[in-house]
Amino acid sequence: MPSPRYTRDIPARYRLDAARCSACGHVALPRRTICSGCRSQDMEPVRLTRRGTVVTSTVIHVPPDEFTTEAPYAMAIIETPEGARLMAQVVDCQAEEVVPGMELSLEFRRIRREGHGGILCYGHKGVPVRRHEA
Amino acid sequence: MRDVAIVGAGMTRFGELWDASLRDLFVEAALAGLGSAGADRVDSIYVGNMAAGQFVGQEHLGPLMADHLGMHGVPAVRIESACASGGAALRMGFLDIASGQSDLVLVAGVEKMTDGADVTNVLATASDQETEVYHGITFPGLYAMIARLRMERGTTTEEDLHWIAVKNHRHGAMNPKAQFRREISVDDVARSTMVAEPLRMLHCSPVSDGAAAVLLAPLDQARRYTDRPVRIAGSGMATSTIALADRPDPADLDVVRLSAERAYAMAGMSPERVQLAEVHDCFTVAEVCCLEALHLANGSEASQAARTGYSALGGRVPVNTSGGLKSKGHPVGATGVAQVIELFDQLRGEAGERQVPDAHVGLAQNMGGSGASSVVHILERV
Repeated sequence: MPSPRYTRDIPARYRLDAARCSACGHVALPRRTICSGCRSQDMEPVRLTRRGTVVTSTVIHVPPDEFTTEAPYAMAIIETPEGARLMAQVVDCQAEEVVPGMELSLEFRRIRREGHGGILCYGHKGVPVRRHEA
Repeated sequence: MRDVAIVGAGMTRFGELWDASLRDLFVEAALAGLGSAGADRVDSIYVGNMAAGQFVGQEHLGPLMADHLGMHGVPAVRIESACASGGAALRMGFLDIASGQSDLVLVAGVEKMTDGADVTNVLATASDQETEVYHGITFPGLYAMIARLRMERGTTTEEDLHWIAVKNHRHGAMNPKAQFRREISVDDVARSTMVAEPLRMLHCSPVSDGAAAVLLAPLDQARRYTDRPVRIAGSGMATSTIALADRPDPADLDVVRLSAERAYAMAGMSPERVQLAEVHDCFTVAEVCCLEALHLANGSEASQAARTGYSALGGRVPVNTSGGLKSKGHPVGATGVAQVIELFDQLRGEAGERQVPDAHVGLAQNMGGSGASSVVHILERV
């Protein structure tokens, strides 16, 4: 990925900077100019809370090239308290534990490396919230 | 709008066709289509193709294919809507004839997938690069998420999905053009390699080369070319969010419902009229979602349709009598046109062992991405 493209996406990937529609309340990540729910252009910045719930999930056994060493790994669509939904890997647990309804915190992690000597690419991954740990 | 008919059709075999290039495949299918109608020249050409630029480094397919048919001079353009490119190209040809602009149109879908490109990465370009692919999701992974949600709700079981693959292979075994002409068992599916949980290899359509072509003409001129034209009674297209995460219910393929409702409205038909359907079973779970969204079966009926025989040859609505994407093969840009060729053959009574008795009305549904675009055509014997 050329670095200008990577740089443009930093606000959404590093800071979870999203946009909330003032008219209907729909939240979009990354930010958009036009609300996909009601077509209003009155979008205000909002930073997402770094936690969410699994809407649905899978375990990838046949991965894209860049993720070969990580397979099998869990991926999920995660809904944050603001109602935004994002796609992310879920780590620090057994992949098969990741099922709809699971509560996660979103942590800043390395996502991928662009080839040999390429830039390191970062973003958020889900990590299970363990309520009864000492 | 003028009534539009399909007056000729031709296709290559689907499979790993090492000896044939992108242009070879296109020319073979187009020549067969032209020959079946006794036509020599057309007024315009629509090429359905998803990703020749990535698969073989070739763009600008309109002039390339017109040139290789010896028809340079004719208007020709490539139409792209990911895996729905073939259906989208057919719709453009339909509108061209219906509008009165052209009197004979060639619509041909083509894809050459086995020339060494990284197929997983190329197909993933049909989803959202910035928010989905970046994080490591694959196409099977997106449909796996749909499947898991349905299983979580108890509307579909893993075994329901196994049966769809079994049923489509049973149909495909009877299709001389199919990539996999062999039957498989529920056990074979259940024991196949895991790709993206809960989807296994035998839930997934294969990587294929192939091309498929149809010729369109105004219905009132159709008998110049054939004594058995098939009318395109309805054409509907729709779009949805590009990212699966952005759908209110990721397990609901709203795009299929919307495209179908538009096609039913144009045809002035209700779903009960449909006697057979070719639907986009890129992954087994998609066939279940499509049966529901096309109003061809309701919830549990749709999930169990393959197992109960409802959607098998001899059942209430035979689905994917060609073998579907699963068994016939899925050269992505060609698929939407090949679906319609199966209906063309069925409605003309030329489907051999796979013939649905007395078929008058058939429906084809072609999908792009994880349900971001869908094209539906309803065909009628005249």
